[in-house]
Amino acid sequence: MISGLEEGVRAGNLRAVARALTLVETGGRDAEDLVADLRPAARRGHLIGVTGAPGAGKSSLISKLAKEYRARGKTVGIIAVDPTSPFSGGAVLGDRIRMQELASDPEVFVRSMGSRGFAGGLAAAVEDAAVVLKAAGKDIVLLETVGVGQGELDVAGKVQTTVVVLTPGMGDEIQSIKAGIMEVADIYVVNKADLSGADAVARSLHSLVDQPGTGWERPIVLTSSVDRSGLGLLADACDAHLEFLRTSREADLAELDRVQKSIVSLAERKLNNDLGSVVSPHRLRMLATNVRAGTMEPREAAQEMIRLLVAAYNSASQEESEAREGTRDLPERAGLSNGMAVSQAK
Amino acid sequence: MTWEESDMSERMIRVLVAKPGLDGHDRGAKVVARALRDEGMEVVYTGIRQTPQMIADAALQEDVDVIGLSSLSGAHMSLFTRVMEELKKRGMDDLLVIGGGIIPDEDQEELAKVGVNAVFGPGSSTQDMAEYIRQHVGRQA
Repeated sequence: MISGLEEGVRAGNLRAVARALTLVETGGRDAEDLVADLRPAARRGHLIGVTGAPGAGKSSLISKLAKEYRARGKTVGIIAVDPTSPFSGGAVLGDRIRMQELASDPEVFVRSMGSRGFAGGLAAAVEDAAVVLKAAGKDIVLLETVGVGQGELDVAGKVQTTVVVLTPGMGDEIQSIKAGIMEVADIYVVNKADLSGADAVARSLHSLVDQPGTGWERPIVLTSSVDRSGLGLLADACDAHLEFLRTSREADLAELDRVQKSIVSLAERKLNNDLGSVVSPHRLRMLATNVRAGTMEPREAAQEMIRLLVAAYNSASQEESEAREGTRDLPERAGLSNGMAVSQAK
Repeated sequence: MTWEESDMSERMIRVLVAKPGLDGHDRGAKVVARALRDEGMEVVYTGIRQTPQMIADAALQEDVDVIGLSSLSGAHMSLFTRVMEELKKRGMDDLLVIGGGIIPDEDQEELAKVGVNAVFGPGSSTQDMAEYIRQHVGRQA
């Protein structure tokens, strides 16, 4: 356990916040413990996701929205995600370039993240980063991602308010945009509204304002770096949505559903990992050979893998209860750490 | 071990590439940024016209391991010195600092005195730079 980090974050110490963000990106037991410890202090504030196609002007919009919130006396954290190269694993993180106007404001914390190959997925890493910023006292946390792919939809499931940014010229394309991201939106923004075609885009959004199952009507906000009034309306819309989340029964149920999906997904991921640790590549190869030769049914092979997993869990739990009784030292068991022990009768 | 002391060096190497001062020629900085990305590092590029305070604040928030300072206008002595001062004010003088751009050999000793660990001039191999970073990253004494 890395001492002092939790206190540093809650005190708003900038170096502690930065180190905590690195820790949650890296992952591991210390990171999980830190997030768990910070979660109570993070039950406040507003996490707003801003997504949309590349070139929609998200970074500049976020920068201006942050300034608007600052003018309203709120403190702001920004998480800007850029794609990690699938070849090298590296990334150029350039979103700060469009946020220069925030540079001299000590109450704005900007952090760039690569989309990486996070073990728990991008959404989990981003959620953990948001916990750190909220626990450090940020009233508003703005998250920027590129709005394509399942990963980004998962991120939308983690934030409280999802803002989808569109631009003029997308009028006809609205209907063909991946249904997913248009459906998870809580607020639509038509950015670069000074350009022609903005009204056409806004009009084509009118058929999409009713959010199924919650009773929320999605605001359509026109914004432009030329006319700053759009930003005030956007902040108002975000605030209204947070209020809706707090008071609406349907929204409450929808959130419970999301939490449920999330823990099921975590359990599935853990089972998957454990299966991978317990069934050796050699054993797996043998099973596949048998199935192909016809000496084993596929279902039997799968059952054999599950049998191995259950045996490993039982053995781990046996060792844990023996360790608790002091009869044996607890060994490090890859992939089957804590939490899976079924309590044994003594 | 306190969080200030802990060594998280198995993690991704994060680099800040910054252009202090008024020098607007950033092609070299962008080449370096992309090359380090291709070497598997995360590179935060903050653009041109950065003040020493902006650079130090970015380095702090982004928790970088390395700062690459680019200067082509000849103002490297004063600018890099001021960046080092701002880093020291924020308790961050343990970072690896690399200079790049047009920096005469005779200035490199002066720069080393204020804490710039290495200078990679024009024509340097980006692979050499990446290798240098990998070998020297981690808490500097």
